[in-house]
Parts: sequence; structure tokens; C-alpha cells
Amino acid sequence: MTHLPYIITSYGLAIGLALFLSIGAALRLRRDRARLAALEATRGAGRARGTGQGETA
Amino acid sequence: MSATPTLTERAGALFHRYANPGRFLRLGVKLQPWLTWPALILSVTGLVWGLFFSPADWQQGDSVRIMYVHVPCAWLASSGYFALAVCSVLSLVWRHPLADLAAVEIGPVGACVTATCLATGSLWGKPMWGTWWVWDARLTSVLVLFFLYLGHIALIRGFDDPQRGYRAAAILALAGAVDLPIIKFSVQWWNTLHQPDSITLRGAPTMSHAMLWPLLVCTLGFTLGFAAIVVARLRAGVMESRIRSLLSSPRRNGEADTSGAVGEYAA
Repeated sequence: MTHLPYIITSYGLAIGLALFLSIGAALRLRRDRARLAALEATRGAGRARGTGQGETA
Repeated sequence: MSATPTLTERAGALFHRYANPGRFLRLGVKLQPWLTWPALILSVTGLVWGLFFSPADWQQGDSVRIMYVHVPCAWLASSGYFALAVCSVLSLVWRHPLADLAAVEIGPVGACVTATCLATGSLWGKPMWGTWWVWDARLTSVLVLFFLYLGHIALIRGFDDPQRGYRAAAILALAGAVDLPIIKFSVQWWNTLHQPDSITLRGAPTMSHAMLWPLLVCTLGFTLGFAAIVVARLRAGVMESRIRSLLSSPRRNGEADTSGAVGEYAA
């Protein structure tokens, strides 16, 4: 195969970029989902307290 | 008096259907696998096909295989900026909240793709033209596109008030869209070192079908991959926006949240 270093570098760049962007997006999504779930759980607990649900007599 | 909605109102209603973040997130969850898996399968198939099974060019030899990454990146660089311009119209005309978030997320992905287009173009140019770079109309206009992306990224994050950043970046994106026809027609308007388009809407492609098919597969795979990454980033952006609003909203000693939004984002 002629010009192999140029071809390999081009494919490496494209694959590296795809991996960087997709792994970055997946990690960000996972982190945000966990943070939001934790926050909403805290909120839900606060709301339950506010409306008297879950309280023992 | 007729109460028939105008075209603008109908378009606005259609776009605002997905202005509800919870509705968009539910759509995004459904859409994500349909974008991600075909993108992966098509991109891997196209790249392997182009690298090992497509013929070498009689003039360029095997360096023509760089085309299978360079052309999809070039296509995505322009179409990504076009998407940015569409988001700008949606933001400026209809004040669509998701259009602003989409513009925030498309910018960095588009800039990375444009940088890869320029880099792979250089890697193709060196063995074919004998130089890494020339101030050729096509290359220069794509470099301008890269700087437009960088300007958009800087501007949209450059204000304390995000709304001002969104407006300023939307105006830049619309003004910068003038570069898209310049890129497209640069090889016809000026004498350039860059080759003319091999695939046009008006005529038959000037390349062999043995090269055209893997190129189309790669382009489709990369396009779906671009969309998958943008949707994933946009979903994260919507969640971050929700997290910010939850953290900044006043809560007084367990006061009931009456917004009814809690749980809406759970996907």
C-alpha cells in the first residue's frame, strides 16, 4: 500500500475523534443522570415532608 | 375574521412541541439507539471497505483512501454549521429554548469535525500536491469555517447572562452562514489546487462505483454518528439546565415543590 503513514494517520485521527466525542458524551450523560436523580430524590423527600406524606404519627 | 394560523405560527407550534425539555428527553432516549448503532455499523463497514476492499486510484494510488474520512468530515463540517444557522433562526425568531441548547452542543462537535477535515486534507495534500497547505480558495474558506465555529463557541459562553450569549452567537452563526456557499462553489469560482466536486446533484458521479459506495456508506455512518453525539450532548445539556434550576430555586425548609416538574426528566 502506497502512502501508508498518511492513510493510517488520517484514519487514526477520525477514529480517535469519534471515540473522544462519543465517550465524552456518554460519560457526561451518565454523570448528569446520576446527579439529577440524586437531586430529584432529595426534592421528592422534601416535598413528601412538606405535604405530610411519610410522616409517622 | 379568520382564525386560521399563519405558516409562521404553524411552524412555531411544531417547533415548540419539543420546547418542553421532558418531552425532548423522552424522544432523545428513544432516538439514541436508532442513531448510535446504525452509525457504528455503517462507519466501521464503510471504513473497512474503503481501506481494504475498494480499488486504489490510477493516479493517486492508495492515498485516495483518505477520501473515506476526509469527505464525510467535510460534509459534516458544512452541514453542522448549517444546523447551527437553523438553530439560530429558531432562537431569534421563535425564542426556542432547545435551539439555544442545541447550538451550544453542536458548536464543539462541528469544530472538531472541521479540524479533522483540515488535518486529513493536509495529510492527503502532502503526498499529492507536495505541500501540507496552500492558501487555496477551498482550503481557506474551510479554515474560515473553523474559526467561525471557534468564535461561536467563545461567544455563546462569553456572557454572564446566557441569553445574551445565545443572541450574539445566533447572529454570528447567521452571518457566518455566507461562508457555506463560498465553500461549495469555491472550486468553480476560482482556480484552485483542490479538485472539483466528484458528486453533484445535476450529473452522474465522476468516480467509480467501487469507490462511490464505500464513500456513501461512510458519509451516512458519520452523519448518524454526528447526530447521535449531538443528541447525547443535548440530553446532557438539558439535564444540566434542570440541575442548575433545581440548585438555584429557593427551597424553604422542605417547602412543597408545586412546579410539578420533579420526575418529568426521569428517563
